[in-house]
Amino acid sequence: MDTSNLLVALCLLFAASFLVGRARSVSLAEQKGGVRNLNSLPFYHGVLMSLWCAVPSLVLTLVWLLFDDQIIEALVLADIPPSGVDVNLMMNTIENIAAGNFLGLEPEPQMLAAAERFKSLQSISQMCMSAAVLGLGTLGSLWILKSISLEFGARVKVENAFRIILLACSCLAILTTIGIVLSVVFESLRFFKAIPVQEFLFGLQWSPQTAIRPDQVGGSGAFGAVPLFAGTMLISLIAMIVAVPVGLMAAIYLSEYASARFRTYVKPMIEVLAGIPTVVYGFFAALTVAPFIRDTGTILGFSPSSESALAAGLVMGVMIIPFVSSLSDDVINAVPQSLRDGSLGLGATQSETIRQVVIPAALPGIVSGVLLAASRAIGETMIVVMAAGLAAKLTANPLESVTTVTVQIVTLLVGDQEFDSPKTLAAFALGLTLFAITLGLNFIAQRVVKKYREQYD
Amino acid sequence: MTRPDTQSEQMQENTEVPSEKRRLVDDIRFQKRLEKRYRAEKRFRLYGLLSIGFGLLCLVLLFTDIIGKGHSAFLQTEVALDIHFDADYLQIDDINDSQQLNRANFDGLIKRSWRANFPEVKSRSDKRLLYKISSNGSGFQIKDLLIAHPEWLGTTQTLWLIADDDVDVYYKAKNKGISYQGVLSDKSLNWLNALVEENRIELSFNSTFFSAGDSREPEQAGIKGAMVGSLFTLLVTLALSFPIGVAAAIYLEEYAPNNRWTDLIEVNINNLAAVPSIIFGLLGLAIFINFFELPRSIPLVGGLVLTLMTLPTIIISSRAAIKAVPPSIREAALGIGASKMQVILHHVLPLAMPGMLTGTIIGMAQALGETAPLLMIGMVAFIVDIPGGATDPSTVLPVQIFLWADSPERAFVERTSAAIMVLLAFLIVMNTLAVLLRKRLERRW
Repeated sequence: MDTSNLLVALCLLFAASFLVGRARSVSLAEQKGGVRNLNSLPFYHGVLMSLWCAVPSLVLTLVWLLFDDQIIEALVLADIPPSGVDVNLMMNTIENIAAGNFLGLEPEPQMLAAAERFKSLQSISQMCMSAAVLGLGTLGSLWILKSISLEFGARVKVENAFRIILLACSCLAILTTIGIVLSVVFESLRFFKAIPVQEFLFGLQWSPQTAIRPDQVGGSGAFGAVPLFAGTMLISLIAMIVAVPVGLMAAIYLSEYASARFRTYVKPMIEVLAGIPTVVYGFFAALTVAPFIRDTGTILGFSPSSESALAAGLVMGVMIIPFVSSLSDDVINAVPQSLRDGSLGLGATQSETIRQVVIPAALPGIVSGVLLAASRAIGETMIVVMAAGLAAKLTANPLESVTTVTVQIVTLLVGDQEFDSPKTLAAFALGLTLFAITLGLNFIAQRVVKKYREQYD
Repeated sequence: MTRPDTQSEQMQENTEVPSEKRRLVDDIRFQKRLEKRYRAEKRFRLYGLLSIGFGLLCLVLLFTDIIGKGHSAFLQTEVALDIHFDADYLQIDDINDSQQLNRANFDGLIKRSWRANFPEVKSRSDKRLLYKISSNGSGFQIKDLLIAHPEWLGTTQTLWLIADDDVDVYYKAKNKGISYQGVLSDKSLNWLNALVEENRIELSFNSTFFSAGDSREPEQAGIKGAMVGSLFTLLVTLALSFPIGVAAAIYLEEYAPNNRWTDLIEVNINNLAAVPSIIFGLLGLAIFINFFELPRSIPLVGGLVLTLMTLPTIIISSRAAIKAVPPSIREAALGIGASKMQVILHHVLPLAMPGMLTGTIIGMAQALGETAPLLMIGMVAFIVDIPGGATDPSTVLPVQIFLWADSPERAFVERTSAAIMVLLAFLIVMNTLAVLLRKRLERRW
């Protein structure tokens, strides 16, 4: 039985134990004159039986699937006399032969034998797993079936299990964070063993092409990330210069001036900009905006690069406009009307009220929104991958091509890679930096709101 | 200017000018200042309108650019050729024998037909150019046609074959009246013009685009593989993130005690919502692929990564939906003897469901458009086959767009735009659904 069939069988078993448990409790109750004599409703007996069947069997399946490959591998390799060949390579060959894929080579007899053994071990493992999992599930439900009685408090048990399952689901968020931190930190530590931290953080040279063979020339590899940080900052800065004024003014107009009708139509349209996938923006930036900037720049006498930071930054700015505007809209709306009325009553015009009363009152919220937008811009990937360059240049000229942290992560990890080279590990170090920066910005944004917000009501 | 200055000025004037005149001067000044303030007011308003106009202009530009580039990809240039299904040449005596069909030289049939059409072409290099007018996948096309119409064996049929992408670019430019700058030589252009005069070239609906997987040849490339891959990825994401997200939201709203552990969970959820998506890709690469050794490029892993990414969105919107259910309903249910679980399952969840579904659809739309984390887990591989399950290697629609956008062939530009149009259409449908759902089922208490 393969794994997907096993899962189907397990589901059938769960359903069966639910029905059996319910029927059992009903029949017990009938003898005594009705369901009301039961401690818990028949439904709970069924669910409890199903749970006792599901939880152990699913856990066992998971554990089995996690470890069976390694055990089979060890068993197969134990039979083969050690040779100079790489273990992983050998295992690959064996798996290929077992799958009937000879790659045009006549396999050695010992490999053929190993492949046979591999196949038989795999089927044995599958069989044992099916038997063990189904057996454990049945045992679990039989255990409950035995204890079902009129006084059996199934409901309390089910409610407790329900609560624990809910708790486990909400802890997944913590697990994810831990997973991110662990995966990024571990690989980064390995990277920092090869390249010192200060060289990574303060070095001015970035050329991650390391030598594949030790005798190769020219591929020394330099991992100074300052040009990447500078490029990221440059592009994000351009994006913020576009997004902050436009987004803020749009929010002000929508919340202070616009009629209700105008708002209901225009606000969702602006928010459409946030729903467009970033790969679409990237395509737009690379194929429409960048050539336009190049041509205009050439006419004006500059010589912009065809992958200028300006193109990526402008399009990213457009992407962030709705982010800034909807966050500011919320805070501006939260400023109490009495403040505006007071100011208007003193004779201020509407724009004076907005500039001198509403905006100062909403400032903490707006600042935190801008910080969140900045963290969005720094972490944005697809636009820069498609529209910004690959050359790590240290420049402040928006018409030149720069590269960013996210672009480098993608280029380092997409395509052929060996997992131990500093080149691949550098991507994780960059990821760690990115994670730290965005987390920091997020934290500051929350602090700003907490610290400076005034309670008006 | 600051206030003390103005006051001292006024006091100076007070001593020198008679009061009547002073009032007049003040009036004029006041009027001037008022006008200035009103002008500032108008300007400010204008800035607001301009900002909104800029946002909308960008939206319109983006859509017109994409549609302008992509609409032509839904049509495909085809060439009519008289194909003689010569049983001897193909060495087929039994049409049902798939081995014979596989061995038969259908490409040769097409080449013969080209030679018959243009007998004046003699040199080898010219012939090769001539053959290139029809797509190099045409052999498979006529093979499939023969399988569908076995009675054609031994007859001559006029068939519309898919043209090469360069021909496609030329013919579409010619139809639009744009001057053609491309790779085709003058010889090829002359042949093409001759074919056009004989009405042997026409545009028809590009069904390949919706029925084929990826290909290196633009005229044979389609988005079906990517669409099916996206579907499987989204199914995995939905199957995991909806129950887990709803469960987490229920715990946090209904059960969670007010303690540090709960605070920790909440802080984590809020932070995860702000983590860049590419970091989730790194997580997937390190945990699912390197640690658990799951295969690369499969929708299952993609779905797992996207689940982790969309969970915060779903949890946050589900919590809002649960919060919106008034406590009186819970109290009433508890009052008539329902247990906590019954209150939640029978009363709170059904009432909060529309809000939760809205959040889930928005989360799914986000997942459908996401590219960066999937690049990390290897869904960028070049995959021709249409995946048959969540464990087959596949790619997804946004990644397909990314791959095509990188291709040098001119004909891929319009196909990329067309794929974007399809993706945007899906997203618009999903978001409209979310809005409608919210409008229809939203209840005010």
